Order: sequence, then C-alpha cells, then structure tokens
Amino acid sequence: MADTSDLTARQIRRMKRFDNPWRNPKLMWGASLLLGIIALGLLGRLFWNLDLVFTGSAPLKLPPVGFENLRRQEGVWDHPLGTDGSGRDMLSLLIIGAPNSLMVGVLASLIGMSVGIFLGFSAGFLKGRVDDVIRVLSDVMITIPPLLILVVFQAAYGDVSLTMMAILIACFVWQSPTRLIRAQVLSMRESGYVQMARLSGASTLHIMFREMLPNLVPYLFGSFIANVTTSIVTAVGLEVLGLGPQRVPTLGRAIYEAINSGALIQNLWWWWGIPTILLAVMFIGLLLINLGLDEVSNPRLRKL
Amino acid sequence: MGIIPRDYLANRLVTLLLTVFIAATLIWIIPRLSPIDPAEIALGRMAAGAGSVANSEAILAQLRAQLGIDQPLAVQYGKYLWGVLQFDFGLSTASFPTPVSVLIANALPWTLGLMLISLIITFVIGNLLGAFMVWEHTPRLWKVVIPAAMVFTSIPPILSGLLLMWIFAAKLQWFPLTGAYGLTVEPGWTWTFAQSVLYHGFLPALSIVVVTFGFWALGMRGLMIGVQGEDYTTLAKAKGLRPRYILYKYMIRNAILPQITAFALKIGLLIAGQVLVERIFAYNGMGKLLYDAILNQDFPVIQGVSFVIILMTAVSVFLVDLVYPFIDPRIRHGS
Repeated sequence: MADTSDLTARQIRRMKRFDNPWRNPKLMWGASLLLGIIALGLLGRLFWNLDLVFTGSAPLKLPPVGFENLRRQEGVWDHPLGTDGSGRDMLSLLIIGAPNSLMVGVLASLIGMSVGIFLGFSAGFLKGRVDDVIRVLSDVMITIPPLLILVVFQAAYGDVSLTMMAILIACFVWQSPTRLIRAQVLSMRESGYVQMARLSGASTLHIMFREMLPNLVPYLFGSFIANVTTSIVTAVGLEVLGLGPQRVPTLGRAIYEAINSGALIQNLWWWWGIPTILLAVMFIGLLLINLGLDEVSNPRLRKL
Repeated sequence: MGIIPRDYLANRLVTLLLTVFIAATLIWIIPRLSPIDPAEIALGRMAAGAGSVANSEAILAQLRAQLGIDQPLAVQYGKYLWGVLQFDFGLSTASFPTPVSVLIANALPWTLGLMLISLIITFVIGNLLGAFMVWEHTPRLWKVVIPAAMVFTSIPPILSGLLLMWIFAAKLQWFPLTGAYGLTVEPGWTWTFAQSVLYHGFLPALSIVVVTFGFWALGMRGLMIGVQGEDYTTLAKAKGLRPRYILYKYMIRNAILPQITAFALKIGLLIAGQVLVERIFAYNGMGKLLYDAILNQDFPVIQGVSFVIILMTAVSVFLVDLVYPFIDPRIRHGS
C-alpha cells in the first residue's frame, strides 16, 4: 500500500518543494550568483570612484589588500583588489567590466531568441518551402563556430562597440531556439487543444501566441540561458584574442592584457585571476539556473 | 543497419556542402567590405623593416597583383572559391612568400592530436561519471563528489587553462609554461620527442578535460535515468545478472547512443574553445597561428585557419550523422 500515510512528513515536504519552480535550490543558487554580479555593478557605481578605471590613475601592479607583490609593496585599501600593469584599479575594472560581459550575453541571446521564435513558428506553421529553407539554414549555421567568423569580421573592422558585438554574436545563436520551436510547433499542431482552438475559429496569431507560446516557456527559458552562456563564451574568446571592444573595459580584455604582459610569470595573479574567477562565477550561476530549469520541466531528474 | 539510403546521404551531403560554401563566402565577403587594404599593410611592414621604401606606388601595384586584389570582385571571388577547393588560400602577408596552406599543414597535426586525445578522455570519463551518478550501486561518497565536480562545466577551457597554468607551470613548475615541445628537442619520430610532446601537451589537454567532461556526464545522467526505468533493465535484474554487467552491457550500451549525436552539435564549440587554449599555452597549433595572424593583420592566414576549422567541424558532423545508424541498430535511415 503506497498511500501518503507511508511517507514521512519530511518526504512529503520534499515532494512538495519542487511544485513551485522558484523554490528549486539550484535555480535559486544560480540566480543569486548572477544577482550578486549585477549588484556588484550597481552598488559599485554608487559607492566606488569609477575614474580609477582610467590608465595611470593608480600605482602600477599593486597587490590586493593583505598580499605583497614582487617589489615588496603591500596592498592598500585605496585599491582593495590591487591594480593592473597600466595603473587601473581592479575593483573599478570589475564594476564596469562584469555587468558589460553579462549584458553582451543577455542582449545577444535576446535578439537570437526573438529571431528564433519568429523563424521557428514560421517554419512549423507554414511548412513547405519556407520550412525547408529555414530548416536547412539552421542546420547549416549550427555547425559553424561563431568565434571563427567573428574573428574574421573583427580582424577586418577593428574596434566595435559592446552593442555591435552583441548583435554580431546574435547572428549565431538563433539556430537552436529555431530548431527547438519548430520541432515543438510541429508536434503541437496536431494536439487536441490546438485543433480545438482552430475549430472554434481562433486566428493563427492567437493560436501561436496565446495557445502555443505559453507551453513553450520552460524550453525557451532553458534555451535562452544556454545561449547566454554561449554568447558570453564567444565574447570572452574574442576579447582574449585581443579583439572585441577596445575602449570599454571588459573582463576578457583584462585577461588578454595580463597574459600579454607576462602576468603569469611575474606572479601578478590578481590581474588575470580575479576576472577569471568572476567569469567562472557567472558561468556557474548560468549552469545552475539551467540545471534548475531542467528539473522544473523534467520531474524525473528531481529525485537525485 | 546496412546500406545508407540515397535520399538521406544526399540530404546530409547538401548540408555539408552548403555549410562549407556559406562559410567560405562569409569569410571572403567580410574583409572585402572593410576599408583596410592588405597591400598597404604589407608595404607598411616593409617600410617598418627598412626605414623607407622607394617606388612605393610600383611596389603597391605589384603587391596588389600578387595578392590578386587588382581584379574585378567577381573574378576574385571565382578564383578564391577555386583556390579553396584545392586548399590554396594564397600567400601569407606576414611571412610573405610562404603559402597559407603550408602554415596550416604545419599547425593542423598539433591541433588534431590535442583534440583527439582530450576528446577521447573526456568522452570516457564524462560518460562513466554520468552513469555512476544514476547507478544504484555507486558508493554514497561518489554521489556527492561527482555532482560537485560538475560545477566546472560550461566554464570555457581558457579559464581553467589559466588557473592550471598558474598552479602547475608558474608556481609548482611541474609542467612547462608554453610550447608544444622542448626548445632543445629535435622534432622527429624519436622517443625523447614523443616524451617532450606528451609532457607539454598534458596541461592543455587537462584544461579541456576538466571543463568538458561535465557536459557528457550531464547528458549521460539524463539518459541513464530513462534507461533505468526500462523493462529490460528490470528483467536483467530479475534474472540475477551481476550489477556491473547490467551497468555496462544493458544500461550504458543503450544510453550512450544519443550522446554521439550530442557530440555533433557540440563539436564546433569544442574546437573554438581549444583554439583559445592553444593561444594561451602558445601551443604550436591552429590557435597560435590564428592569434599571430590577428596580431599581424595577416588576412590570408586568418581566412585559411577559420575556413579549415569550420571545414573540420562540418565534416565531423557529417561523419557522425552517417556513422550513427551503424552504431545504433534501432535507427533506420529515412523511413
């Protein structure tokens, strides 16, 4: 007999806990890591002097507080996370750079998602020739690594703005939402509630956006987060190759400059290490959100 | 199993050719739209080396003719596509008379070698760990440790590479900081050279492995949960087969197949990640070639490297699509 009386109060609570997706621990941890980075950007703008991000605004190569660099200089509270090789305060670099990286990822992913929703619905609904073109195009584009085309682009054009970089990356992240939505739309078309809506005379747009889209939300959100990760990885990749925005501080560019000045050998770990850790936190946060969303939409994963 | 239907083969082949064609075209069009003139860059390099250059107009015209940019665009495009078919990307502007294809041919074995080794290691480790996460006979400690190790998934390998490089090469000095083999070692089929290559390749490979095994482990975990509930697993248990035998022959054997298709979608990102790892380790592969080319604004090399890497990706996806039905007898092509 497996009725609820066999279960302990704790087990019942555990089973109920996931009913509300926002109370999934992985989702919450991931979200709070990302919120932490956003908070760093917001609070930092209020409480920290951002002019310190300019070259030569501080002594060179100072270590973080509590450490000593090779010249036996100690860290000072004026620059709690140290300074880089051209006299920029690391803290103000992070305050400006970290939200920038996140912004590029979110913006690129949002654009890609909008294009994906449009193309996916068109392909699934119109079928025929339109579907063929969209399907083949997304199959083709999904195998091309964005980094390499963007390397060619940026090597040819030089400096770009953050927004421009996000738009460029967006050209390569529409494929997976397109494929996902197309597949779902094709199977949903035949489902009962869509047939019902069609019989009751609902317009195509109504069926698309009021009947189908709400059911796709968990998938879309997962795909969105995965794309944010891909976009940030691509952006950081470009920055580490010395491309990407040249005048705006970004975490990837800080790492690029650190490697190029031999920071690894000179033991200037804070210069590349702090941006690296911040990026790692960002990726871990995104991964946790994605795992949490998986558990929300696939109950079988929850038991572990 | 058996013969691949012609429709399916044609479909995959068209996708492959279209990918290669679109990539080649994009790589060609993008630099044409830019205001930078490669002949002027080459001239600038000469001037920087010699102090001043006499007859600069004549040299410029000569360079343009040599680089083929004095002809109409349509002709250039045609020639370019014809060249790409023969892996001829013209001459490098930074190391001028050397053909790009020679530079790539020198770099490619390093990249392929590093990729193959790290890929095999990650695939095996990742899938085993993913399976152990679900298997009911896994020791409790492992079930705590494995998910904790997965936190590193989705971090790009360049970041793990930096950390490993700092700890094991700069601090502990257990491994060399950069390069693919020792400076004093003569390349050749000798034992010392092989040793040096393995020694230098360890950290780059490790930095890829630690951040990518989680991708396979996560996928495997999802698939194993599905397989665990299947009737044949229950039957195998009821028959009293050894748990380990069930794990390998029943569960993993069935769960691993979709992982191979996941590989096809992931390979582009894997290669791009590896290019960056090669750049920070100054490993003699395509990544370093690409980075040096970017520094020198050496467009033919940038184009060539990008094209070859995209080609590698597209061909791998094609091969996975073709081979898959042979590995998984349940899949029938077409129908």
